[in-house]
Amino acid sequence: MFKRNQYIIQKNVELAPMVYCMVLQGDTQYITHPGQFVEVELPGLYLRRPISVCDWDETTLTLIYKVVGQGTDLMSVLCEGTELDLLTGLGNGFDTSVRTRHPLLVGGGVGVPPLYKLCKQLIAEGKRPTVILGFNTADEAFYFNEFCALGIEVFVSTADGSGGTPGFVTDAMAANNVLYDYVYSCGPLPMLKAVAAMTPTEGQYSFEERMGCGFGACVGCSMMTKNGSKRVCKEGPVFTKEEVIWD
Amino acid sequence: MNSSIDLSVNLAGMPMDNPIVPASGTFGFGKEFSEFYDINILGSFSFKGTTRDSRFGNPTPRIAECESGMINAVGLQNPGIEAIIAHELPAMKAYFHKPVVANISGFSLEEYVYCCERIDEQEQVGIIEVNVSCPNVKHGGMSFGTSPEAAAEVTRAVKAVTTKPVFIKLTPNVTDIVSIAKACEEAGADGICLINTLLGMRIDLKRRRPVIANVMGGFSGPAVFPVAVRMVHQVSKVCNIPIMGCGGVSTAADVIEMMMAGATAVQVGSANLKNPYACKEIIENLPIEMERLGITKLSDIIGIV
Repeated sequence: MFKRNQYIIQKNVELAPMVYCMVLQGDTQYITHPGQFVEVELPGLYLRRPISVCDWDETTLTLIYKVVGQGTDLMSVLCEGTELDLLTGLGNGFDTSVRTRHPLLVGGGVGVPPLYKLCKQLIAEGKRPTVILGFNTADEAFYFNEFCALGIEVFVSTADGSGGTPGFVTDAMAANNVLYDYVYSCGPLPMLKAVAAMTPTEGQYSFEERMGCGFGACVGCSMMTKNGSKRVCKEGPVFTKEEVIWD
Repeated sequence: MNSSIDLSVNLAGMPMDNPIVPASGTFGFGKEFSEFYDINILGSFSFKGTTRDSRFGNPTPRIAECESGMINAVGLQNPGIEAIIAHELPAMKAYFHKPVVANISGFSLEEYVYCCERIDEQEQVGIIEVNVSCPNVKHGGMSFGTSPEAAAEVTRAVKAVTTKPVFIKLTPNVTDIVSIAKACEEAGADGICLINTLLGMRIDLKRRRPVIANVMGGFSGPAVFPVAVRMVHQVSKVCNIPIMGCGGVSTAADVIEMMMAGATAVQVGSANLKNPYACKEIIENLPIEMERLGITKLSDIIGIV
C-alpha cells in the first residue's frame, strides 16, 4: 500500500558536504519495510523525486539525500515548517524474515541511509549485524556515530584513504575479516557488483534508476532479471542476489 | 453543487459517464491506480500499448525531467498481446467494470492486423486505439503516422478485421496533421486520438551526454497542451468522426478547453504520473468548473469554438 499525504519539514540540515538530513512530520503508516522510498513533489519541478527512507517512527520520517541535481538542490534549501507532498510506502524494501544470525550490511555513499532502519530492525529481531560504510573521503562520511550507537561493529572505508580502510567497502571487508551469513547492500552499481562477487552468501541488493512515477505505472525504471523484466520502483528496489543478472 | 449537471458523452457509440480517459502508457492496466481510488469513476482508460510479442523496451534511463513536462523513451515495453489476453484482462475484471480502450501498436501491417483481430474478440474492449505514432521506437525509421497513405493503409487493414470502433492515435511530429487525419477518416476510422508525444531531447551537461539512453524520447506534460488544443481544433474542423483529445491535460479547465476545441473524450497522461489522483480530482472538479462557466451538459460544448 502507498498513499499521498502532506508532511511538514521539522529539520533540514547539512550532515556532510552536499549531504542533507531532512526530518518530516506526518503520516508514516504506509511505510512498512526498511529500504522503501518516498516520492517528493517539489515546487517548480514536474516529476517527483524518489528518496530512500533512512528511518521512521509513528509521526516522523527521516530522509538523507545528496545534492546531485536540480531536485535535490531545491530540497536542500527548503526551510523548516515548509509543507511537502509525498507518496509514501513505495517499493518492496528489505526482507528481514530470511534466515540469518549475522547479517553484513554494506552501504556506499547515499546507499548508507536505508541501511540504518534496516540495522535497527535486525537488532530488534535478535540478529547481530556488522556494518561496512564506504565513502569517498572522511569529510563526506556520515552516520558513523549513529550506527556505532546501536552497539554493533562498524567499519569504514574511504576511497582517498583519509579515514578507515583505504579503498572500497570490499577492502574494508577483507581487512577486518568479518564473519557473516547473509548480505544486505545498497550503493552505486559497481559497488553492488563488487560486493556480490566477493561474498559467497545469499543477499539482498537495493538498486536505483531514474523514475517517472515511482509506483509502477510508467515502467520507466525497468530492469531485466533472471525472472524477467521488473520495475525497480515496484518489484524493487531490493532484489535478491540470485535473481539479479550481474554481468 | 447542481445535480442536473451532465458529464456524460457518447464516444463513437460507447456511452461514457464522463469524458475522462487516462492515456495509454501512463496508467498500466489500471491496477496501481485502483490502489489509490476506485477507477470505475473514469469514463474509461486506455491500457498500456500492446504489440504481438513481448518487449523489454529501451535501455534505461528512459525518463527525463523538463520544464512543465517530461520525456519518456520506454519503447513500448509490454508482455505481448497473448499474455495480456490471458492475464491482464481477466485480472482487470476484479477492479474495472467498464469497457476499456485497447491501445495497439505494431511494427508492420501484419502485426497491427493480428493484434487488432485478437483484441477485437475480447468482450472487455470497447474501443480499439491504434497507435501509428510512437516516435520513441527506432524501427525502420518513419512511423506509419507520418504519411497520409501509410496511416490510411493501417486503418483500412485494421478495419477489415474488427467490429469495434477503431480510433487512430496520431503523432504531432508531422507537417500536416489534417491531411493524415482526413486520410484515416476516409479509410474508415471511427475516430481520431491526438496528440501523441512530441519528439524531444535533453542533455546532461556534466556528463555531456543525452539524459535518455535512447537519445530522444516523447515530450509530454502541460507544456504540450497548447499544441494539442491547436491540432484537435484543426482536425475537428475538417473531420466528422469523434476525437479523443490528448496532450498535457491536467485540470478540469483543460478538459473543457479540449472539448471546446473539438474533443468528445479527453485523455489524461503525464498528470497521472505526477499526481496519482489527477483523474479523480479532474472528475470531481468538472461539475464545479462547468457551473462557473454556465455549462450544464458537457457534450453541448464539443467543438463549440
